Amino acid sequence: MANLFSSSIGKKLIMSLSGLFLILFLLIHLTINSFLLLDGVFGFEEGQMFNAGAHFMGTFPLIKIVEPILGLGFLIHIVYSLILSFQNMKARGSAKYASGSKTQDVEWTSKNMLPLGIALLAFLAVHLVNFWLKIKFGIGGHPAEAEFPYLGTGMVHGEDAYALVNAAFGNILLVLCYVVGSIALAFHLSHGFWSSFQTIGWNNQIWMQRLKVIGNIIAWVIGLGFAVIAVGQYLFFQ
Amino acid sequence: MEKTINLTLKVWRQKDAKAKGGFETYKVNNISTDSSFLEMLDVLNEQLISEGQEPVAFDHDCREGICGMCSLYINGHPHGPDDDITTCQLHMRKFKDGETVTIEPWRSAAFPVIKDLIVNRHAFDEIMAAGGYVSVSTGGVPDANAIPIPKPIADEAMDAASCIGCGACVAACKNGSAMLFVSAKVSQLALLPQGKAEASRRAKAMVAKMDELGFGACTNTGACEIECPKGISIANIARLNREFLSAKLKD
Repeated sequence: MANLFSSSIGKKLIMSLSGLFLILFLLIHLTINSFLLLDGVFGFEEGQMFNAGAHFMGTFPLIKIVEPILGLGFLIHIVYSLILSFQNMKARGSAKYASGSKTQDVEWTSKNMLPLGIALLAFLAVHLVNFWLKIKFGIGGHPAEAEFPYLGTGMVHGEDAYALVNAAFGNILLVLCYVVGSIALAFHLSHGFWSSFQTIGWNNQIWMQRLKVIGNIIAWVIGLGFAVIAVGQYLFFQ
Repeated sequence: MEKTINLTLKVWRQKDAKAKGGFETYKVNNISTDSSFLEMLDVLNEQLISEGQEPVAFDHDCREGICGMCSLYINGHPHGPDDDITTCQLHMRKFKDGETVTIEPWRSAAFPVIKDLIVNRHAFDEIMAAGGYVSVSTGGVPDANAIPIPKPIADEAMDAASCIGCGACVAACKNGSAMLFVSAKVSQLALLPQGKAEASRRAKAMVAKMDELGFGACTNTGACEIECPKGISIANIARLNREFLSAKLKD
């Protein structure tokens, strides 16, 4: 087993598992983000639900343990994508086809996972500067304090993450940037999800179609979900 | 009545493996639309020989789509613009009168050009030699009915076995990956009881050889399946991944 990860399939397994792990994270992220729009539905004051969610993510012990693993997940996914892409380019060779590739019905996303990934990395950098660095380390300004109900323990004091997000999504250019980033994410996942299962080997003639459908649903729920939340904040919460 | 067409051919010419190649343009006239692509190249070569020029070198053997010898990357497709056929089965009626046809060799680091349109596909032989067989144990021939095999499994194994090892999958792949070929060879044997006994060893040995020879990794674009003259499914690639990973986990 020792040399599993030196094989091409072993390296792809790492891409597959780290990718699925990141999709799991995105689903949790999306759930917390949905709180940005839902205060009214559950009878809270504006921002209370999201602040409670952010407080949970920032203080709950299990999340504290998972956080560095998440960081590692991102790092591994990015580093291995570069290693594999480089190897694949080398395997393809320097000679190109003069008549190009006219193979029809190849998913556009499947051929452009690296460019999409690079776009997402750029978006991730913007995203981290906007929120994560501020909330986590106070880089670029500390968020204000706020009081909100938390997990049935009454009111607690914590960072006003909502105000930070709400202010950011008041900027139309930033909202557009987030919409573009979210849609790029949807495309990336629409290939990534079923492809992960193909790499693990959980696939056959029947499940290939099923996984593609499930993958598309998950991809667009995540992608459009994030986009709708950013746009919703801009339109209805300013 | 027989229809004929005139074509302009852009053909890759390369003296030998080390020489720098380039495209040459030739004209061929009065090509019957009933002829095959390779017969059209035969006409071109007759023409070149009569003009005292070196004929174009290209691979071919059975000319009925079963040997896997013919190759050629024609107008953006391995084995040309038609589906589920090899170059030798490609009819000239697929081309229009006056069309320019670009003919290139397979392009992949693991398939270096030897001369003109011929590439060295020895790498596939090496992968097969690494494990693409069932070890023969001599003895009495068992009764075929003694080993029942469900029809769907037999069909799937037969479909995988229809791979002729031409290399179109590698030629079509943006990563120069041989996963479709290797997965077909692993699948056809892993699915059947006779081959199952050595399935783990086979998957490990063939993948190791594939990596060693410089083929790329699969990114599941599915271009190989679309261009494969035998319509080999990428579901075989999932099976190869499964066989390989579970074999490695057992080590």
